[in-house]
Amino acid sequence: MTEQMDAGFVAEQIAEHPEAVHKPYAGGELGRGRRRKEDAKLLTGQTNWTDNITLPGLLHMSVLRSPMAHARVLSVDVSPALEMPGVIAAYSGRDLADVQGSLPCAWPVTPEMVHPDHSPLAVDEVRYVGDGVAVVIARDRYAAADALEAIVVEYEQLPAVVDMEAALAEGAALVHSDKGTNACFTWPFAGGADYAETLAGHPDAVVVRRRFRQQRLLPSPMEPRSVVVAPIAAADDYTVYSSTQIPHILRVMLALVTGIGEHKIRVIAPDVGGGFGCKLNVYAEEVLALVVARKLGRPIKWTESRSEHYQATIHGRDQIQDIEIAATPEGTLLGLKVELLADMGAYLQLVTPGVPILGAFMFPAIYKMDAYSFTCTGVFTTKTPTDAYRGAGRPEATYAIERIMDELAAELGRDPMDLRKQNWIKHEEFPFEMVAGLTYDSGNYEAATELAEQMFDMTALRAEQAERRARQDPVQLGIGISTFTEMCGLAPSRVLGSLSYGAGGWEAAQIRMLPTGKVEVTSGATPHGQGHHTAWSQIVADALGVPFEDVEVITGDTDSSPKGMDTYGSRSLVVGGVAIHKATGKVIEKAKRVAAHLLEAAEGDVEFAGGTFTVKGSPEASLTIQQVALATFAAHNLPEGMEPTLDSDYVYDPENFSYPHGTHLCAVMIDTETGFTKIRKYVCVDDVGKIVNPVIVQGQIHGGLAQGIAQALYEEAVHDAEGNLITGSMVDYLIPSAADLPHFHTGRTETASTSNPLGVKGVGEAGTIASTPAVINAVVDALRPWGVDNIDMPATPERVWRAIHDDGTLRVPSGTVSYGGAQTAATSGGAA
Amino acid sequence: MIPAPFEYVAPTSVADAVAALGEAGEDGKVLAGGQSLIPVLRLRLAFPSTLVDLRKVEELRGVRDDGDALVIGAMTRHDDVLRDPLVARHAALVVAATATVADPAVRHRGTFGGALAHADPAGDLAAVALALDASMVLEGPGGRRTVPASEFFVDYLETAMQPDEILVEVRVPKLQGQWGVHYEKFNRVAQAWAIVGVAVAVRRDNGSLAEARIGLTNMGATPVRARATEAALAGAPADVGSVKAAAASAADGTTPPSDLNGAADYRAHLARVLTARAVARAAGLTG
Amino acid sequence: MARVSMKVDGVVYEDHVEPRTLLVHHLREKLGRVGTPVGCDTSNCGACILHVDGESVKSCSVLAVQADGADITTIQGLDGGEGTDGAWHPVQTAFQEHHGLQCGYCTPGMVMAAVDLLRTNPDPTEDEVRHGLEGNLCRCTGYVNIVKAVLSAASELRGQGAHRGSFQDAAPAQAQPAGARA
Ligand SMILES: Cc1cc2nc3c(=O)[nH]c(=O)nc-3n(C[C@H](O)[C@H](O)[C@H](O)COP(=O)(O)OP(=O)(O)OC[C@H]3O[C@@H](n4cnc5c(N)ncnc54)[C@H](O)[C@@H]3O)c2cc1C
Ligand code: FES
Ligand code: FES
Repeated sequence: MTEQMDAGFVAEQIAEHPEAVHKPYAGGELGRGRRRKEDAKLLTGQTNWTDNITLPGLLHMSVLRSPMAHARVLSVDVSPALEMPGVIAAYSGRDLADVQGSLPCAWPVTPEMVHPDHSPLAVDEVRYVGDGVAVVIARDRYAAADALEAIVVEYEQLPAVVDMEAALAEGAALVHSDKGTNACFTWPFAGGADYAETLAGHPDAVVVRRRFRQQRLLPSPMEPRSVVVAPIAAADDYTVYSSTQIPHILRVMLALVTGIGEHKIRVIAPDVGGGFGCKLNVYAEEVLALVVARKLGRPIKWTESRSEHYQATIHGRDQIQDIEIAATPEGTLLGLKVELLADMGAYLQLVTPGVPILGAFMFPAIYKMDAYSFTCTGVFTTKTPTDAYRGAGRPEATYAIERIMDELAAELGRDPMDLRKQNWIKHEEFPFEMVAGLTYDSGNYEAATELAEQMFDMTALRAEQAERRARQDPVQLGIGISTFTEMCGLAPSRVLGSLSYGAGGWEAAQIRMLPTGKVEVTSGATPHGQGHHTAWSQIVADALGVPFEDVEVITGDTDSSPKGMDTYGSRSLVVGGVAIHKATGKVIEKAKRVAAHLLEAAEGDVEFAGGTFTVKGSPEASLTIQQVALATFAAHNLPEGMEPTLDSDYVYDPENFSYPHGTHLCAVMIDTETGFTKIRKYVCVDDVGKIVNPVIVQGQIHGGLAQGIAQALYEEAVHDAEGNLITGSMVDYLIPSAADLPHFHTGRTETASTSNPLGVKGVGEAGTIASTPAVINAVVDALRPWGVDNIDMPATPERVWRAIHDDGTLRVPSGTVSYGGAQTAATSGGAA
Repeated sequence: MIPAPFEYVAPTSVADAVAALGEAGEDGKVLAGGQSLIPVLRLRLAFPSTLVDLRKVEELRGVRDDGDALVIGAMTRHDDVLRDPLVARHAALVVAATATVADPAVRHRGTFGGALAHADPAGDLAAVALALDASMVLEGPGGRRTVPASEFFVDYLETAMQPDEILVEVRVPKLQGQWGVHYEKFNRVAQAWAIVGVAVAVRRDNGSLAEARIGLTNMGATPVRARATEAALAGAPADVGSVKAAAASAADGTTPPSDLNGAADYRAHLARVLTARAVARAAGLTG
Repeated sequence: MARVSMKVDGVVYEDHVEPRTLLVHHLREKLGRVGTPVGCDTSNCGACILHVDGESVKSCSVLAVQADGADITTIQGLDGGEGTDGAWHPVQTAFQEHHGLQCGYCTPGMVMAAVDLLRTNPDPTEDEVRHGLEGNLCRCTGYVNIVKAVLSAASELRGQGAHRGSFQDAAPAQAQPAGARA
């Protein structure tokens, strides 16, 4: 320590407790596979899930839900419930009509969009099975559950609206009768040349059409949703604990919905057990718990059961995609036409209408083409609302383009990878402005593909496929490709604005230098399994030159990390991580002033590296950043006029999306006698730019793959004609276990993003987006000798078997099959 | 979700259990491992007034050798069955099927008797009991009676047991001679119930198939025997072609359900394919 | 109300419970042992797995009254829970070393199921691990790292040493090379 420093009490203490003094920074923090800081509590059962929270006088809320998809609520009598033991209160929708407000939709995609009221408890009409009708507040969970049975509701059944196309037909029953239509919006979009004109200009164009269905999915994080509201009613002050991805947005929205001052609401997302988009929302139960806690002045807890989750938490996907692609006979893409129907469900949740719109930009994917035409119609049905589920719009788009590229290849008799290579953006062509208007900053599709093909051993697998076909083996092999990209890191605020989204896409960070040289970081990105605390620590350690262990990350509480846009859209690192990086820059800038002052050097002569300030030309004069922090805390000797703090914050608004990409290759074995599909080998090479922690990145890819494969082979939310969800529990909604999934061979290439200083891209959704088409392409590839050119998801054994045996007899493979050789000359593929 | 309230008793003898069940009346229910019953209670699909828990009834546990039959106590857990040397020796088909039931944690609680008493046609053990001509020993207020498996499974989730009867033990005749066994289960994910299952025991004799017993899981409201295939296999040559030909009639006379996992015609097809595979495996014709 | 006495993570608790009380709710709500979470209502997810008398059991499918007299170990009482000087069970260590957890919600059940699996099968193949864990659902990890962790813990418990984890004790020599495989 230099003499100028007035050591003072804290310095003495530090000298006496050397363990509290920092260790020097060892370097190499970025890109290092650090063990996760999060794991200790998670592995020892000391996690703070919302449902673990208990408070003195805590009451439990239960929700009575509609057993009908669509009905008029004639009457709700909660009085018998009030007679039940342990029941404190019970309310119907009408009882709360004045205070419950309407749940928000922050994404009115068009000015004309039909935006129905969405009261947390239905008042006059229920519109999906699971729509809330009444709540009970009781002393414990069991009493609250029992009392639901006592509530008497009279319904008058109305027609269910289940099928999207039927819903749009003339004279269809209406979900919202006052709106006069089941169409929520129509959103047209085009890029490049006019699609019809382009086609007209190429009479020899090869055109392939398919109809793809994106089945409805149930997000199913393992932790069900849960809310606890702790009121100080006398002060109209509330702490809301919620198993949410978005504490910051939730706070704003709860204030707007209930009329409680935003400054009077503190939202905490404690440890959150997965979200995958479904906890990116503002839910009825969050509002109800708050409203009831306000009424009763007592803390309230609500935790959903899994079956409630399946009815009352948003669903994902659910689109019908009519896709048409046109190419020259030589295989050069001319244009793409996309017509979507997107099921909104009964109401609009936070970003329901925006999900398919996000996808609009991704259909052209990595391919160059002249013309692009897109239109999407949102449709109301009497089903649970849909909203963002891992990937949100982009998996749907990627599926469609990667599937239709295979169909085009088959039509042209081309190798599907060759066709892709012919049309993708070459490495040297970046940055590249896409037909959909986005500018991809960087990418190297060649490198990722080369590595993937090497790892996959494509040649050997193709040879085995040919053999199996030749000997008509009952077990056939199929190979599927997906050379995907995605846009992530939502998002430049101005872009969101241009798409009518209700908020910005910035992220906030704050760095606090503690007197002992330890560092506290607050981030507005709120984790739920992604390892933010570890990765953020690495970024900060690297930038400030402090040990990884000396950094503490604080998230998920609007009191301690007051500003934020939360976690979704693979945005945390690319936006939140960059915000942190920028905030460290401000800390260093301030510390440099102090260091220069203490070292009696000109600021311009002071250099900072590895956590130490040195003076150019006199290496012995140095101060560590921790010493500077202490001196700043003491504030005895600071530059004239300087605030005695190094603390800094930064709010970062990205200039562009980031565009991770990769090549996924999947080999499936299909038992043609039963239709059972098993993944034989799965290889993926992802390029997510610069990597902060490769182990965490790999984990994100693995988890994404599992969900994407699950969409391809296992999962589907099925409703009957009356609108009942018949996959209402984990018995029928099949989430694959370890025994059902293969090992994943992962590799990576690293093409830095040029749009942010860390060179990073997002990774949270890549696996989900890429894998679904890889698997289905493999299934269709295996079945192509039977003339199969499409299969609905999930490709269940029964669907696969029917695809082969649809007329009841086994068709024999045509024997000599090259790529797509079984395809006829017809230019348009049969719609499924 | 949370079960509705009920009374609970845990008697220590079969006699006391029967008495307790009688006292509880119509809405009394036996609780064995609880692996089917407790989820049903949690979903509030049943509202028993009293549960008579058999966990303290020691005489219901364990396996004993009784000459030409093996006697498996109703409260013998799936996991116990898998480890029992007597069952391995004399009723290997039971082991093969039990190994496919649910997952290890469920097998630590679920019982052999509970699985049969529950009589879910998608359950794996009922078809085995039927194929092996097992019989159920029931005790009620009037004493004990023995019901053959062929009469025990009456309808969907319905057995020949009276509400005041308890399944005490299951008598499984030992297979005498050169038997091979196999249980072929078809499901979409590992943990799931069978879409179709086929339990097979075949006896080979001098290069031909002397006798076959085939029980089908989930091909009707109750487990069923594939009688036509059994007949076709009796005396058939031991080769895959003959097995396939015989298995073509595996679904004859069945009334499989149509549900999310498969329509009836698909199930019938699966029954034929899986029967051929199971018989071939059991007979040692394929690996 | 029925009287139940059970030992949970080494401590004996005596309580009166409603017969319908699920064991997991008894532990969580009455005894404050919240380390074991609940993920479903159909006994499918395995989040609630703990040990009853040394065997893995789904505690959402057991009544507290059925556990009268039982010796229960939860994730909080496994070596590494409180009261064990912070020493971790090799399975816990392996889960961290191989990044076998993300959000951690499935983790207590996954770890307890894995400990039981290795008790009965100390040298499992990859396939046996996958099938041994088929009653545990994880939505985050895709299972690859969970399987690696269990195989590594198995090796360690057999005295053959844990497998090298994915994490780097030292900083990498250079920034990540392009084209790395894992
Ligand atoms: C996730 C999961 C997956 C499963 N998968 C399968 C599977 O793949 N295949 C399969 O076969 N099973 C499966 N099961 C069911 C499992 O085998 C159960 O253990 C079995 O069905 C019931 O046994 P139990 O001892 O738990 O009976 P309980 O649940 O206690 O009782 C079931 C029914 O039988 C009655 N009962 C039980 N014992 C007697 C008795 N001795 N006398 C009279 N009545 C009695 C009860 O009153 C109740 O009605 C699964 C269960 C779960 C939770
Ligand atoms: S909570 Fe017990 S198995 Fe899901
Ligand atoms: S780590 Fe999140 S569910 Fe397994």
